[in-house]
Amino acid sequence: MEQKIYDHAVLADKFNKDASRVDWHDKTLWFIREKRDKAAWQIAEWEELRETASQVKNNVLDNLHDYLLEFEKQAQQNGVTVHWAANAEEHNRIVHAIIKEHGVSDIVKSKSMLTEECHLNEYLQQQGITVVDTDLGERIVQLAGEPPSHIVLPCIHWKKEEIGELFHQHLGTPKGNADPQFLTAAAREHLRQRFMTSRVAITGVNFAVAETGEVVVCTNEGNADLGVQLAEVHIACMGIEKIIPQRKHLGIFLRLLARSATGQPVTTYSSHFRKPRPGQAMHIVLVDNGRSERLQQESFRNALKCIRCGACMNTCPVYRRSGGHSYQYAIAGPIGSILAPGLDMKQHADLPFASTLCGSCSNVCPVKINIHEQLYEWRQVLVKSGHVSPVKKAGISGMAAVLERPGIYKFSGAVGRWFMKYIPVLVNNKLNPWYKQREMPAVPRQSFNEWYRQNRKQNGKQS
Amino acid sequence: MKVALFVPCYVDQFYPQVAIATLELLEKLGVDVAYPESQTCCGQPMANSGFEHLTHGCNDNFVKNFSGYDYIVCPSGSCTLHVKDHLHATDEKAAASIRSKVYELVEFLTDILKVEELTSSFQYKVGLHQSCHGQRGLKISQMSELVSAPFSKTEKLLHMVKGLELIKLSRTDECCGFGGTFCVAEEAVSVKMGIDRVADHVAHGATYITGNDMSCLMHLEGILRRQQSPVKVIHIAEILNAAQ
Amino acid sequence: MESRAKILQALSKKFTDSPAPLPEVKVFPPVAGEPVDKFEFILRGIGGRTVRVNSYSEINDFIAKEYTSNARIISLVKEVSGSAITPDIDPHTFENVDLVILQPHFGVAENGAAWITSDRMGDRALPFISQHIALVITTDSILHNMHEAYDRIGNTNQPFGTFIAGPSKTADIEQSLVLGAHGPKSMTVFLLSVNR
Repeated sequence: MEQKIYDHAVLADKFNKDASRVDWHDKTLWFIREKRDKAAWQIAEWEELRETASQVKNNVLDNLHDYLLEFEKQAQQNGVTVHWAANAEEHNRIVHAIIKEHGVSDIVKSKSMLTEECHLNEYLQQQGITVVDTDLGERIVQLAGEPPSHIVLPCIHWKKEEIGELFHQHLGTPKGNADPQFLTAAAREHLRQRFMTSRVAITGVNFAVAETGEVVVCTNEGNADLGVQLAEVHIACMGIEKIIPQRKHLGIFLRLLARSATGQPVTTYSSHFRKPRPGQAMHIVLVDNGRSERLQQESFRNALKCIRCGACMNTCPVYRRSGGHSYQYAIAGPIGSILAPGLDMKQHADLPFASTLCGSCSNVCPVKINIHEQLYEWRQVLVKSGHVSPVKKAGISGMAAVLERPGIYKFSGAVGRWFMKYIPVLVNNKLNPWYKQREMPAVPRQSFNEWYRQNRKQNGKQS
Repeated sequence: MKVALFVPCYVDQFYPQVAIATLELLEKLGVDVAYPESQTCCGQPMANSGFEHLTHGCNDNFVKNFSGYDYIVCPSGSCTLHVKDHLHATDEKAAASIRSKVYELVEFLTDILKVEELTSSFQYKVGLHQSCHGQRGLKISQMSELVSAPFSKTEKLLHMVKGLELIKLSRTDECCGFGGTFCVAEEAVSVKMGIDRVADHVAHGATYITGNDMSCLMHLEGILRRQQSPVKVIHIAEILNAAQ
Repeated sequence: MESRAKILQALSKKFTDSPAPLPEVKVFPPVAGEPVDKFEFILRGIGGRTVRVNSYSEINDFIAKEYTSNARIISLVKEVSGSAITPDIDPHTFENVDLVILQPHFGVAENGAAWITSDRMGDRALPFISQHIALVITTDSILHNMHEAYDRIGNTNQPFGTFIAGPSKTADIEQSLVLGAHGPKSMTVFLLSVNR
């Protein structure tokens, strides 16, 4: 991957040049967070469900080896071909080989964050294969030549007028028509043709049940089902952490997933694919891509509990005001910020700092991932590994040197305040990012320490 | 009961009146308060920036200053949480003891002193900014993410203040965007978050914005003053200590 | 198969001395009230339509009023009129089906979903490719929640099964809810009362 030019702060700054758009983006996502709250409050046992889901996932991570073997065995008995991919490249090669074997050049794909993580579309396109994303939001960003900006709501950053224009250019809809009903109908027509002609369908996987070898795929649009049921080949791509032990655990996760994601009581379709339809071939690709390594890292392993609901993004005050693309990773927001550096520390060193550590993400998370604590931990790891600017390092080291020496601290505090009070231009200039849009605090005559010595010590009160 | 006052470094330097109010309030409530004079900082500014490994000297100084007290009380949820979660020192036993004895001011008043009435008076419309570390970290109030019974130790105290009218907000516990070094490293988002937070308070008629953390309030104050708004920020200690 | 061995070997390392046990899945008490009422309320909230009927002939009358005789209607419910399907037919030929009528195993009150398996679909593509879908559920087969649902599903071994909760939908364009994304544009559930 190319080294990125801009970090999160720079792209977020760019995003914030249009304040009314930021307001719109923030309000849209907050509205979804509110719908999530409303849905959660309908379930008296919500917190118990979260705790149970978390415990099930902990159990899965501690026993992944055995569960994967069980899953593989069951899937094979179901007539499914199981593939194992150590990394993204191998995953892409496997998928391509299956497509090639069937002599196909056009395929449909429903939403899969794993294939985004592996950059499957780009890879297949380089091999001359046309991939059509069939989720409406994903199709919109695909037509626009962009990655999704949100894992559940891929084009949440697009306004309907812009989508109208995009469809006018690509699908020939009348110029100026931005009615969501109309545009969705146009996309339905356009994608129906693809469904009717594609012989290979790729889907993601929400849950893979070890006990039965079945994979569960959740959509609202029905695009995964339509793709699979009309194709000769179904390829389901999944990270190895998607395993859950038994069918009955689906009861817990399906109760949590859609409510956390969009506030719906459940997605429209929760489809359990166990055996291929007669005459169809079904493949499951199990992908590691850094996950087994991540499991060894005590502080970071439980990020693998994620069920990709996107609730942490909707609640994140930073994500809502910086947009998904500022994260420059397939999974944006808080969860992306702890997953991405695990794949490439250098490339994603900015992400754990794109947070105020407010902790809302960890508490909205349906599987109780301690996201904000991991952000803190990643900061320590990144700095220790040298992924920090020399300027920042010098600044913080200087700060530490002052704060460990009470005498110097008192002296420099007094000096600092003197400068702020009498030569404010030293602080209040455009090089000071605080001062750019905020006033500096008014400078008091004396510090508390000085006040205390003057008013209390002299009055005989001794500490 | 031996209580030590822990004054965050930025409060010491920029908001001494907050520390004075905390001291006076505790004394009014009959607490014998000591102020260890060689204290500097909890180390959070370094640690949150990824430099926890540079906080040893700072931490040792903290332990030296605050060992031997029954309680350590601090008018900041954020600094308190940092000490609770991350204070480690050469003398690890002493550090562990401090971690279990450090309290943010409000929780000390409600949980340890069990304050049920106050003599203070503050005749204004006040908006409460819930600072995240105090709220979600120390559980000073219930967070909106959880499906659990609501409570707020801070509001409980504010309701004891004569004449104070607490306003409702559209978003009860959204972060203000201060976030330590985040406020300069991610200047654009930080400021936008602050502007939005201020707007919520202003829209609901606040004359004052209060909270348990002066750092968040300093950030909001910077924005209010740049907007030349008449709305002011005030630390909760100052309200609770406000004379009749 | 080299990667398989590599991944499994990496995963066989011991991560912890005390692996997390699998928690018991609690039986949560159902919400008070008739599940069928809740089902109806929830399903309407997510864009579905419910019709209470006392007999299959009422269902036939209802459909006859809504669809002309030209409409292509496929029924997998023997008491409900509609054409049957021939086995092994190419699913692409269902593209012009106006309405499919199916009988799921049960409905779930908490989320308005109905569980149906491939043996009741005629063809697996039908519930998704048809322009509209109707389900017949007896009022005594509405369960309270998803835990009860999976209890009922148990270890049945069907090649394919799905929960369907309302018509196909999307809100991808500015969060405006549009019914009929790729699948059925409407879903009607006939709640057939049974004397208990």
